[in-house]
Amino acid sequence: MNRIFHKVMLAPEVAWLEVEAPRIARRWKPGQFVIIRPTDDSERIPLTIVDGDAARGTILLVVQGVGRTSRLTISREPGEAFTDLVGPLGEPATIGVFGRVVCVGGGVGVAELLPVAAALRRVGNHVTAVCGARSRSQIILDAELHAAADEVCWSTDDGSAGFHGTVVDLLRSREAEFRRAGMIHVIGPIPMMRAAAELTRAWGVRTFASLNPIMVDGTGMCGGCRVTVGGKVRFACVEGPEFDAHQVDFEELARRNSAYREQERLAMQNHECRIGLVLTRQG
Amino acid sequence: MPQTGPKRTPKAPRQELPLRDPQSRTQGCGEVSLGFTLKQAQMEARRCLDCKDPKCIEACPLHIDIKSFIARMIEGDFEGALERISEQNPFPGVCGRVCQCELYCEKACLLGRKLKPVAVGALERFAADYASQCGNGLHAEPNGRKVALVGSGPASLIAAYDLVRKGYQVTIFEALHELGGVLAYGIPPFRLPREILRQEIDRLRAMGVEFCNNFIVGKTASLDELFEEGYSAVFVGTGAGLPHLMKIPGENLIGVYTANEFLTRLNLMRAYDFPHSGTPVRVGKRTLVVGGGNSAMDAARWARRLGSETTILFRRGRAELRARLEEIDRAEEEGVHFEFLAAPVRLLGDETGAVREMECIRMRLGEPDETGRPSPIPIPGSEYRVPVDTVVAAIGQSPNPTLQRATPQLITNRGKIVIDDRGQTSLPRVFAGGDVVRGGSTVILAMRDGRAAAEAIDRALQEGR
Ligand SMILES: Cc1cc2nc3c(=O)[nH]c(=O)nc-3n(C[C@H](O)[C@H](O)[C@H](O)COP(=O)(O)OP(=O)(O)OC[C@H]3O[C@@H](n4cnc5c(N)ncnc54)[C@H](O)[C@@H]3O)c2cc1C
Ligand SMILES: Cc1cc2nc3c(=O)[nH]c(=O)nc-3n(C[C@H](O)[C@H](O)[C@H](O)COP(=O)(O)OP(=O)(O)OC[C@H]3O[C@@H](n4cnc5c(N)ncnc54)[C@H](O)[C@@H]3O)c2cc1C
Ligand code: SF4
Ligand code: SF4
Ligand code: FES
Repeated sequence: MNRIFHKVMLAPEVAWLEVEAPRIARRWKPGQFVIIRPTDDSERIPLTIVDGDAARGTILLVVQGVGRTSRLTISREPGEAFTDLVGPLGEPATIGVFGRVVCVGGGVGVAELLPVAAALRRVGNHVTAVCGARSRSQIILDAELHAAADEVCWSTDDGSAGFHGTVVDLLRSREAEFRRAGMIHVIGPIPMMRAAAELTRAWGVRTFASLNPIMVDGTGMCGGCRVTVGGKVRFACVEGPEFDAHQVDFEELARRNSAYREQERLAMQNHECRIGLVLTRQG
Repeated sequence: MPQTGPKRTPKAPRQELPLRDPQSRTQGCGEVSLGFTLKQAQMEARRCLDCKDPKCIEACPLHIDIKSFIARMIEGDFEGALERISEQNPFPGVCGRVCQCELYCEKACLLGRKLKPVAVGALERFAADYASQCGNGLHAEPNGRKVALVGSGPASLIAAYDLVRKGYQVTIFEALHELGGVLAYGIPPFRLPREILRQEIDRLRAMGVEFCNNFIVGKTASLDELFEEGYSAVFVGTGAGLPHLMKIPGENLIGVYTANEFLTRLNLMRAYDFPHSGTPVRVGKRTLVVGGGNSAMDAARWARRLGSETTILFRRGRAELRARLEEIDRAEEEGVHFEFLAAPVRLLGDETGAVREMECIRMRLGEPDETGRPSPIPIPGSEYRVPVDTVVAAIGQSPNPTLQRATPQLITNRGKIVIDDRGQTSLPRVFAGGDVVRGGSTVILAMRDGRAAAEAIDRALQEGR
């Protein structure tokens, strides 16, 4: 169960993992996620399902190492297995006929665009993927995006590839076309989603954002993932993770996601010290 | 029947449970109640009157033969005592620790009319801990039918026990990575050591019950798919896991938890051991726990263990607390303060978005409400503020909605699955019980439901319904 079949490092700290999960492979829909515990003592972390192959009985995850548990996840090797894997969780992304659709992704969020863009295109929309990376070396899944969308454009913060600027700057630069879109789907870091939502609100284009609050159980039991949308409290793990971007209180989301930052930082230091110790002992 | 054997001493004082001292218990998560010594167990057992018409048995929702298990204990036959208990209850180690016995057997105990009732719960626990767990030779001939139980809380656990004994092949599907429902994520290890829970679940496994964790029925597979995969009936024991929110301004500030999140981080994810375990929790210098049930006591006692000055804020009076009496005493001994007749109005945060202050309002008690308890009425103008860094809302929960949402044909009433007098839902061969039907109750009532459902499933399948 939960065995890792393949692993490819797409960029430094970003791994593409094919994981055994036959039931999830059969039932998942774009926009849904899983929760894993890579090892026995690990935290439960949510990860988007990027693709699923019912025949092979596997799903694809794209994971960026940002803290202790995500780094532990990408350090696992093929043949090893995650201790726990549960899903598919959350509601599927909104897929409908909108005419023209823009899918906006930042960082590892571009991975989640793949299934959503492909599904939107399959039902007849013209899909543009607007993707952002810090620099050329951080660009991931370009070929896959080209296969999923009608058009793909990139921005890099340092201008080393594509448009020079943020992904929201890139979006704005094509205002004339994009404000005629029927729907915009956004996923990525919170400040980016927030900026994108502000822009598209001004354009009056319906926009959905896939949110990433801190989660524990992912089954609607703890309320840890609560977000405020249109003044109402919603549990992102069961009612989301996708919500109307124009209604989301991004500021609160950003604050809540920082709740454990200091504790996690100390834990990470401590962890690296311990790894250091093991290495010196072995060496 | 003439009385034989050792003398009965009903007038002897009720034995007190030996406890770890409050100072040392707040230093860790070791079990607080140490359980009777052998001598105490025998003395307490001898208090039982051996009643002709033992009301205790009727009052125990599982109808454990209390009178005869106690008689065995008096004879020093602890294995025999455990066997008697196991006929009705495979989880004496769990129930002897967490059953709210003052509402059931001990409330009905005839000795209790004049003196203090026999400490049945503590005796049950003693039998479980003392006698080596008898493997049970209760294996039945397999009847070739499969039953799926959804959720691994007490309702499903006992249903599994009863069904394997009738020859069914049983699989329990659990959403979380650990088994036991509230027993695993809600009740702290200092009340129910996890080895006890694991042992009693392992007994079921040894009897052939199959466990499938990380499996959410309604997500990982639908109810229909379970039937397609060959299950003849399904029992839904998904519990009441959806936490109620206080619905006051500031509820989403950092440091404000539902009891479920707080307890799940600590019990299930072992946040007390962070960073050795992966999951953190934030407990500051001052913690306020809102509520008056078992979850409130458990959260407050955890906060004490993490070094926080802790107050339970309850909008009614002491008499209306709903937790087990024993746990209320334990909480007080451990230094938890109680503030009665007060309720939160709003929470105020600092510039980082962390909670800093709670505004409360005083209450008075009015006419009884629909629950029969006096209703709390706010006293205008009595608002006051208290500094706080951690807030836990332990104000109740409703049924877990996942399965209901995925199965809209299932008739519910305010989230609770509706069942008929046979325990059957609106769908054929789908049964339900425990908190998902009751909307929050006790371990032992959930078990009673699980038992009734097992019987109803057996009957329905025999009759070919
Ligand atoms: C529905 C959903 C889908 C996601 N899909 C993916 C994905 O496909 N690939 C991927 O790489 N990441 C994804 N994430 C984010 C991923 O879960 C977090 O990066 C991970 O939990 C961080 O854990 P950590 O222990 O490594 O880091 P920590 O040390 O816990 O935290 C590092 C930083 O990440 C933030 N953080 C902590 N926990 C979470 C969390 N649960 N969600 C978001 N941010 C968090 C913290 O504020 C902190 O700044 C998703 C999150 C959600 C909610
Ligand atoms: C903190 C706390 C302390 C308590 N203390 C006591 C006490 O001391 N004494 C007492 O008598 N009672 C106590 N109670 C009440 C008691 O625990 C419950 O009444 C009892 O556990 C209900 O049992 P259940 O089997 O109905 O469900 P639960 O124990 O709630 O178990 C339900 C299980 O189903 C799982 N599940 C939910 N949906 C799905 C799905 N779709 N697919 C698969 N699995 C699913 C859940 O993850 C959970 O593990 C306490 C409750 C709490 C919250
Ligand atoms: S009612 Fe009390 S005294 Fe009588 S048999 Fe039961 S436990 Fe013993
Ligand atoms: S299960 Fe509860 S009610 Fe029944 S005998 Fe044990 S303590 Fe008493
Ligand atoms: S993660 Fe616990 S309710 Fe959503």
